[in-house]
Amino acid sequence: MNAKLTSTLDARLLALADDELILAHRDSEWTGHAPMLEEDIALANLAQDELGHATLWYDILCDLRGQPDEHADQLVYFRDAADWRNAQLLELPIGDWAFTMLRQFLFDQFEWVLLPTLTKSSHVAVAQAAAKVLREEIYHTRHSTAWVRRLGQGTAESHRRMQAALDAQWPLASQLFTPMPGDAALVAAGIWPDMTPLHQQWRAKVSDMLAECDLIAPASLANHDSRANHTQHLAALLADMQSVARLDPQADW
Amino acid sequence: MTQTTDITLKLAEFEARIARGEKIEPGDWMPDDYRKQLIRMISQHAHSEIVGMLPEGNYITRAPSLRRKMVLIAKVQDEAGHGQYLYHAAETLGISRDELEQALLAGKAKYSSIFNYPTLNWADIGMIGWLVDGAAIKNQTMLAHCSYGPYSRAMVRICAEETFHQRQGKEMIVKYAQGTPNQRQMTQDSLNRWWWPVLMMFGPHDSDSPNSEVLIRWGVKTQSNDTVRQLFLDEVVPELMAIGLQIPDPQLRYDAESKHWKHGPIDWAHFWQVVKGNGPMNKERLATRNQAHDNGAWVRDAVTAYAERK
Repeated sequence: MNAKLTSTLDARLLALADDELILAHRDSEWTGHAPMLEEDIALANLAQDELGHATLWYDILCDLRGQPDEHADQLVYFRDAADWRNAQLLELPIGDWAFTMLRQFLFDQFEWVLLPTLTKSSHVAVAQAAAKVLREEIYHTRHSTAWVRRLGQGTAESHRRMQAALDAQWPLASQLFTPMPGDAALVAAGIWPDMTPLHQQWRAKVSDMLAECDLIAPASLANHDSRANHTQHLAALLADMQSVARLDPQADW
Repeated sequence: MTQTTDITLKLAEFEARIARGEKIEPGDWMPDDYRKQLIRMISQHAHSEIVGMLPEGNYITRAPSLRRKMVLIAKVQDEAGHGQYLYHAAETLGISRDELEQALLAGKAKYSSIFNYPTLNWADIGMIGWLVDGAAIKNQTMLAHCSYGPYSRAMVRICAEETFHQRQGKEMIVKYAQGTPNQRQMTQDSLNRWWWPVLMMFGPHDSDSPNSEVLIRWGVKTQSNDTVRQLFLDEVVPELMAIGLQIPDPQLRYDAESKHWKHGPIDWAHFWQVVKGNGPMNKERLATRNQAHDNGAWVRDAVTAYAERK
């Protein structure tokens, strides 16, 4: 792989790993505070899965950079907000249950269109990781889809809360598909899919569900900010997440 | 036959079954007091798992490595699972999970006082795993032999998972006690705060434990509070000393004659204050549970409404 391809794949892997890590972190905040005991268990499970996926992608990234696997901890605990590449949607605070479930649904659907194409990647490690993640995503998709239905079609209040969550999240969700410099070469090498048709597939799938629940996607402009741009919530999240590790950077925790 | 002699006969048969080592199952005849005691113990245990999610959950967002974060989420998830499992065990005695949860939220039900202490540093997560779960395992290993089938079976399963919890906690403390000065200081501070509350987890001394005698006769408990506390002490004292930690009890000594470690006096006045709701975190724990419940009300309503429509 030439240097240009390597650096573009690096950026793609980092974006995906950061997405999973930040979502895992947000989901884990529900543990002990969910609306019912079964969902304490479910969200803890989701968080562990997403954390596992993040670790998989970070490990491939570390291999690509010729660094040992332990470097994943360095990336997570000693990197400042400006260097993170997760989509803004994922760093927003957990909000209410509707907010969390809708975000999970939008992200699960993103993975649901992305992963099958990644399993065919010419980069073997990426293809294998995608296959592994896809197996777990079946359950995530089932869980978040069921919740969008229940809340979207439950009571007037649950519908109102879902609509509010959608109004806030819809413009940000597009950022998941924002093209990155050098994408064309990765697509040509069969390493990463073209995100534009995936975005259309995603929109079609998501729109069907929204229609079923009588939820209306706002007409507001899609956010195509670079993934280098963040809300103020990311720095706060990182300050908390990295606080113990940074107490004693030399220590083995 | 009069009703009184009927009950006397049933009670005699019930006690004979327990003496033979048989398990009592949900449909079987049992004295009202046995049922009440079991509901009290199982609900207290279930609530302890639920409230017990909070002190450790407090550090989920701050776990200092990907591995620690994963293990901690899994551990707190196990506790939710144990709570769920124990609520089911209590339901076999004719009380609903809803009634049990309402009693907890209203502040009427007890849970282990150990969860009314705050987690103030990361070493607390290891200390809870090693000492708190370690103490719980001592109690639960005993309860795995108890006479009520569903509780006994729940304990077998829960003990297996708790053993992992204890092992990961101990691994952390052993590492940190021999780590950087910062880690060592954090670990000693943690032991200083948790040591006495952990010893109190086994309950009052046998001489002050009003429920113990009948519970032992009915095979609900099979060992006394002091016996189990002694087992724990003899196990952990040498291990804590071996890694260079100072146990915060100036009167702690090894008694060569009995071959047991002897602790100094426990501050029972403090213990009862915490039991009565005046510990450092009682109000906050209850408020947090109530907040989660209240915030979830519209969600549960939506679930019901959706289910009714389908």
